[in-house]
Amino acid sequence: MSNVILEVRELTTKWVTRFKEDIYAVDHVSLKVEEGKSLGIAGESGCGKSTLALSLMGYYFPPLHYVSGEIIIDGQNITGMKPDDIRKSILGTEISYIPQSAMNALNPTQKVISFIEDVVQAHDPYKTKQEIYELARSCFETLGLPASVLQQYPVELSGGMKQRTVIATSVILFPKILIADEPSSALDVTSQKMVIKMLKNLMENGFIKSLIFITHELPLLYNVTDDIMVMYAGQIVEGGSAKQVVFDPLHPYAKGLMGSIIVPEQGQRNVKLTAIPGVPPNLKKPPAGCRFAERCKYVRPDCKVAPVPLYSANGGRAYRCILSEETLRAAYLREAQRDAS
Amino acid sequence: MPAERKVCLSGSGLTKVFGFGRRKTVAVDHVDFSFYEGELVSIVGESGSGKTTFAKMLLGLLKPTEGEIYFQGKKRDISTQKKRKEYWKNIQAIFQDPYSSYNIFRKIDTVLLDCIHMRGGRGLPRAKKLEMMEEACSFVNLKFEELTNKYPFELSGGQMQRLMIARVFLLKPKILLADEPTSMIDACSRATILDELMQLRDEIGMTIIFITHDIGLAYYVSDTVYIMERGRFVEHGSADEVILRPKGAYTRRLISDVPKIYEEWDLSTV
Repeated sequence: MSNVILEVRELTTKWVTRFKEDIYAVDHVSLKVEEGKSLGIAGESGCGKSTLALSLMGYYFPPLHYVSGEIIIDGQNITGMKPDDIRKSILGTEISYIPQSAMNALNPTQKVISFIEDVVQAHDPYKTKQEIYELARSCFETLGLPASVLQQYPVELSGGMKQRTVIATSVILFPKILIADEPSSALDVTSQKMVIKMLKNLMENGFIKSLIFITHELPLLYNVTDDIMVMYAGQIVEGGSAKQVVFDPLHPYAKGLMGSIIVPEQGQRNVKLTAIPGVPPNLKKPPAGCRFAERCKYVRPDCKVAPVPLYSANGGRAYRCILSEETLRAAYLREAQRDAS
Repeated sequence: MPAERKVCLSGSGLTKVFGFGRRKTVAVDHVDFSFYEGELVSIVGESGSGKTTFAKMLLGLLKPTEGEIYFQGKKRDISTQKKRKEYWKNIQAIFQDPYSSYNIFRKIDTVLLDCIHMRGGRGLPRAKKLEMMEEACSFVNLKFEELTNKYPFELSGGQMQRLMIARVFLLKPKILLADEPTSMIDACSRATILDELMQLRDEIGMTIIFITHDIGLAYYVSDTVYIMERGRFVEHGSADEVILRPKGAYTRRLISDVPKIYEEWDLSTV
């Protein structure tokens, strides 16, 4: 049993709107990331992926509010801590976050090095500029970025370079866990690959111990992470190893997501993409039963009665559906046969 | 594909140079192309390869430095505003960012009504107009009753992009230029949009020029693929030919950059 870096137990957080309505965007989410492992979170836009990433840091600011649950980073429970303490002693050193629009994260009027100086001095005010420069240079060089980037302004860098600079900056204090929230969605495929390679390098060179990677691109998750969790309407609907989830999904929503994979491989032209009809439910008034019931092909009357718990299945995986594993597999098989004929 | 294919849009020696002297950037460098009627063409290249500049020249939003564009065999003439408007009846575009494609002060009904008016339907009875709008919305699987009296920003990104396709359905242009229509949309809605584009091609028989950086998408949708590298078309041919049997090193690199699931994804090439 290896060391658990991040453990989250039944975390619930909510957004409060202007009209005092509560939106539970993260609803009783539990997860566990072990040392040297990476976890992928998949789901369509608006399912709560980014809210989960924000909530994991334990740093809440209105309109995001903490409701219940526990976050334990390497044995340390951070749930009851004051925001200021979290900022000083957790963010950057224990847990680090790459925002979705990392392209805009750099200050256009500052050189990259002065941005890094700010980050480092916030945690250690006694470090000299020379020390910080040496630290940044060695970090950038290990990650395959030229040291000249440090003396440049963000406008002089290309999108992929900016993204990689932000990643390098976020790991400069050697956090235990890095949360990457769609780091490559605004980049083209070539820069995306560089970013992915860099994230893999981080793990190998010991900059970080674990990685949480959030995206809606399943082929990417499959290649980067060991485990995948699928999120829908604030809840985890499926969890398991990358291979299990991609090639043998159980939950109908996960199955639907797999239908949208496009890869440039032989036979792709003949594959009919299956989009999931409908839109996710409004989380202001979540449905009483299964949240996916409205869009599900295999819906039954008892789906809409009571909330569905997370069932565990063979091979250490979990899924949130009232139908049994065998029923679901049989239904998918029937469908595949019907499509083939 | 029928044997005698009519060329819809073609060009020779099309060039665009930005700046001059030492700061000269050749964005598009003497490209020759011919797009046939009813064809779905993809233009694939990494960022900065000149895809968007090329698209803007086709649309007539940028003036080419050199070279000519031929529309249906005749030289394209957009020297005056009137001629330009006439040309724009034949070519329409869907842009990358659906959030900034709409006029935020106009309701969805107005957006669609304008399209009917542009096609000369100003004098039609109201019921007929409503019917046309409903047809366009049902074509993209949107419910017209839910959209009336709403503003475009109340929709999700995927729905906005689909509304854009509904506009094109009403306008029925000869050419549709789709400049990375799916890059800001998540993977689930992407499948719907691609399928609707293909449906549009089959139904109206328009030429669709699909610009993307993801060669996987290009392979899924297109008949013909053009590969663009530093402002030049380095390879073109049918989708199967280019993607399954690539000749150039650049094409091979583009293919290797897309994450795979059935094969090993080689990370060492960058």
